[in-house]
Amino acid sequence: MVDFIVNFIVSNPLFYTLVKILSIVLPLLGAVAYLTYAERKVMAAMHLRQGPMMVGPFGLLQPLADGLKLFSKETILPSKSNKVVFVVAPILTFILSLLAWAVIPFDEGMVLANINVGILYLFAISSLGVYGILMAGWASNSRYAFLGGLRSAAQMVSYEVSIGFVMVTVLLTTGSLNLSDIVLAERPFWMDMLLFPMFIIFIVSILAETNRTPFDLPEGESELCGGYNVEYSSMTFALFFLGEYANMILMSCLTVVLFMGGWLPPLGIEISWLSWVPGIIWFGFKVSTILFVFIWARATLPRYRYDQLMRLGWKVFLPFSLLWVVLVAGILVGTNTLPVL
Amino acid sequence: MEQAFLIDYFPIFVFIMIAIGISTMAIIASWIVGRQKPDDEKTSPYECGFEPFEDARGKFDVRFYLVAILFIIFDLEVAFLFPWAVSLGSIGLFGFWSMVVFLAVLTIGFIYEWKKGALEWE
Repeated sequence: MVDFIVNFIVSNPLFYTLVKILSIVLPLLGAVAYLTYAERKVMAAMHLRQGPMMVGPFGLLQPLADGLKLFSKETILPSKSNKVVFVVAPILTFILSLLAWAVIPFDEGMVLANINVGILYLFAISSLGVYGILMAGWASNSRYAFLGGLRSAAQMVSYEVSIGFVMVTVLLTTGSLNLSDIVLAERPFWMDMLLFPMFIIFIVSILAETNRTPFDLPEGESELCGGYNVEYSSMTFALFFLGEYANMILMSCLTVVLFMGGWLPPLGIEISWLSWVPGIIWFGFKVSTILFVFIWARATLPRYRYDQLMRLGWKVFLPFSLLWVVLVAGILVGTNTLPVL
Repeated sequence: MEQAFLIDYFPIFVFIMIAIGISTMAIIASWIVGRQKPDDEKTSPYECGFEPFEDARGKFDVRFYLVAILFIIFDLEVAFLFPWAVSLGSIGLFGFWSMVVFLAVLTIGFIYEWKKGALEWE
């Protein structure tokens, strides 16, 4: 019986693809739900509070309760808004945050679409993300939303550039755009050290790219009441929220793939009694570590001023990462250690 | 060969369809389940306490345009760097120095922008 089902799934490509997609989307939605829970719990612990604890044991059902509540609320369409654009914006944001997952390798060969330009695809998808936010800010026709949308767009494009340079530096050491190849690329230790400053830049840039503290100016509650999504309610808001958190996890995955060796055991430890641990566990462990840094930053750091944010992006990260690209390329060419296709 | 490339993208195509389906269904379902009772006050633009005086899409700072323009330049530059980075092993010193010249020209432009104050946000 099991054989029959497995045979049926494998022999039917469309159905097989559907199963694979659902086995990405459903765990992803679960991960987003419990990321919000983890965020509230970890921040509560850092503030010496309890965090959510009423719904279910240790508040474990809180994300489901929140989801249900958002789902059952009234969908408000502001009277002065462009209705169509207003509704399309969250849909677009959510679609883009899902689509990027098609190329992320969770384990050896465990990837939905193993395309040969994986990282370019990711770069394109994350660049498109800014459209959803601009559309939301524009269509709402509200001052707060408009300002939030503009700020958010400007901030995202500013840090996009340094993210691009960081990716290029990593590509220099791997010689492939395929994410699985990037994970498997053998890098000597000194090359990792050479990439370390780029790792720091990448972590800070993804905080800015996902509009997280200390770069959460677009939502700056105390000045903009929530930013580009202030007019949204119910499911339209939930889609923005899901998209934002899915993007956080995605960017963490990307960090893990680019710098931390993906599904391979951390720091190259080859201990025999750990070899039974499947790659996806290591992957999840590393991604959780990065996500913890996200939450930690939110609990610890105050918000940047807008001019400081732009100065950091354009005057520090951009020149430095540009210089580093040339430096790394020069060293690799000079020592003749470039990966040849 | 062409076919093989396209087949790699087939799951992404299916994924787009599913993503569109999920998000549209979610909004429609929530619209049906939730009680819809709009009124003038509720759907008016969100501002603190009073009616907005004018349309929200008024003037805004020109520097947002500047950032967008700068972004296009540098993003294109990154797009140039991608193929260069993966093929540097096969194009060797000549490829390296031609890119350095290209980057130097862009850096001159960047310094000009910086000195002009296009990056200042007081």
